[in-house]
Amino acid sequence: MNRVLTALLNGLAALGQGVLSAAAHTGQLTLFIRQLMGRLIPAWTRPKLIVQEIYAIGVLSLVIIVISGGFVGLVLGLQGFNILSKFNATESLGVMVALSLVRELGPVVTALLFAGRAGSAVTAEIALMKTTEQLAAMEMMAVDPLRRVIAPRFWGAVIAMPLLAGLFSLVGIAGGYFIGVVVLGVDAASYWGQIQQQMQPMDDVMNGVIKSLVFGVVIGLVAVFEGFNAEPTSLGISRATTRTVVLSSLLVLGLDFILTAWMFGA
Amino acid sequence: MAIPRGKITAIMGPSGTGKTTLLRLIGGQIKPKSGRVLVDGLDMGKASSQALLAMRRRLGMLFQNGALFTDLTAADNVAFPLREHTRLPPALIARIVALKLQAVGLLAAADQMPAALSGGMARRVALARALALDPELMLYDEPFTGQDPINVGVLLRLIASLNQALGLTSVLVSHDVAEVFAIADCVFVINEGRVVAKGSPDELRAQMPHVPFLRQFLEGAPDDNQSQASQQSANYLANALGLKPPSDKRSALRGTR
Repeated sequence: MNRVLTALLNGLAALGQGVLSAAAHTGQLTLFIRQLMGRLIPAWTRPKLIVQEIYAIGVLSLVIIVISGGFVGLVLGLQGFNILSKFNATESLGVMVALSLVRELGPVVTALLFAGRAGSAVTAEIALMKTTEQLAAMEMMAVDPLRRVIAPRFWGAVIAMPLLAGLFSLVGIAGGYFIGVVVLGVDAASYWGQIQQQMQPMDDVMNGVIKSLVFGVVIGLVAVFEGFNAEPTSLGISRATTRTVVLSSLLVLGLDFILTAWMFGA
Repeated sequence: MAIPRGKITAIMGPSGTGKTTLLRLIGGQIKPKSGRVLVDGLDMGKASSQALLAMRRRLGMLFQNGALFTDLTAADNVAFPLREHTRLPPALIARIVALKLQAVGLLAAADQMPAALSGGMARRVALARALALDPELMLYDEPFTGQDPINVGVLLRLIASLNQALGLTSVLVSHDVAEVFAIADCVFVINEGRVVAKGSPDELRAQMPHVPFLRQFLEGAPDDNQSQASQQSANYLANALGLKPPSDKRSALRGTR
C-alpha cells in the first residue's frame, strides 16, 4: 500500500516538474521572441550578413535537397503510374506528381531535411559560441549578439526555406517526367499539358509557398532559440541540437496538418 | 569598494568567491540584486541599454579563455570591434590591427586561425582585440591561469606597460599572489562575498599578521578545518562501508570475535 502511494506521489511530482519546465520553456521562448522581434528589421542594415547566412544555410543544403527531390519524384512517378494505369488514366501522371509535390511533399520533406541539415548546424554553432564565451565577448564589445548573430541566421532560414522547397518540387517533377515519359512511355505532351491545365498558380503554388515560409519561420526560430538558450556544456550542446531537430520536425508535421485543413479542407 | 582611475587594481580571493561575477557586474552583463555598480558615474544595473552600450565601448575585457571568434583569423578578430563600431577605411583598419598585434608581440601570427594558436598566444590576441577601440578601463579575468612562467612574465609586463603607456585603468581578477603583488597598485582581498583586506601590496603584507584569512591566503596554507573535514569524510566512508569509524577500532574488533 505504502509502495503504491510512493509511486503515485513520485508520478505526480514528475508530472508537476514536467509542467513547470514546459511553462518555463514557453516563458523563455516568449521573452526571446520579443527580444528578437525588435532586431529583425535593424538586422537589414547589414544585408551582407544575411546573404552570408543564406549561403551557409541554403546553398550548402542544395545537395541533399536536390538529390532527395529527385528520388521522391522518381518514386512518385513509379507509384503514380502503377495506380493510374489501373484506371487507364496515365496521362494524368504529370498533374498527380506535381500536385503531390507542390502541395505537400515539397514543403514538408524539404522542411524535415532542412531541420536536420541546417537547423541542427545553426543550433550547434550558436550554442558553441555561447559555451566559449564568444557571445559574452561580443556583448562586452558593445555588439548586440541578437542583432549580429541571431537575427541574420533567422532571416537566412526564412528566406532559404521557400527557395529550397520550390527547387525540391521542380526536381521532383523532373524525376517524375524521367520515369513516366522517358522510361514508361507516357505521352510527354499530356504530362506537361495536364500540369498546365489543372494546377492553379494562386491556390496550389501560393499555398505551397505559404507553407514553406511558415516552416522556415518555425525551424529558424527553434534553431536560434535552442542554440541561444543551450546549457553551456558539451552535453547541453548535444541536447540543444537534438531538441532542434525533434521539436522542429514535430512542429512542421503538426502545422502542416493545420495549414492543409485550412487551405484545402472543405 | 572604489577603484582608482589610472591605476592597476587587483581583486583577489579563493575560487568561487565571486571575482568573475564582480567583473560581469562592472561590465553590466548581469544586474546586482542589491547595491549599485557605478562606472564613471553610470549605474550599470539601472542604465538604459543605449547608455550601457555606449559605456561598453569604453571598456575592454580579457576573458579567461580569450573567447576569440573561432571562425575569424587573429587579425580579423582584432579588426572585429573596429569594423563594428567605426567607418574607417579598410587600409586604416589593417594599419591599426597591425599596431595592436605588434603591441602584444604577435604580428607574425596575424593570419593564423585561433585554433592554431597556443593558449598564451590566444590570450594575447584577445588582449589586442580588447585594446582595439582604445578603452579607458580594462578588465582582466584570471589572465595568468594555466599559463607557463614565461607567458606569465610576458603578460605581466604587457599589463603593466599598457596601463602606463595608454593611461588605462585596469581591474585584474586573479588568485596568483606573487604575480599580482608585482604589478598591482591596489589590492582587494575578498572572501565569501566580503572585502577582508585592502591596500597596496606593502600595506597588505603589513596587515598580514593581524588578519588570519589574509595570512592563510597569501601563504597558501590549507584550511584549519580541512583536517576536520577529512576526518568527517573518513567517518562517512566507514559508515557507508558498514565499518565503525577508526576511533572505535578496538570495540569493533571485539565485536567480531
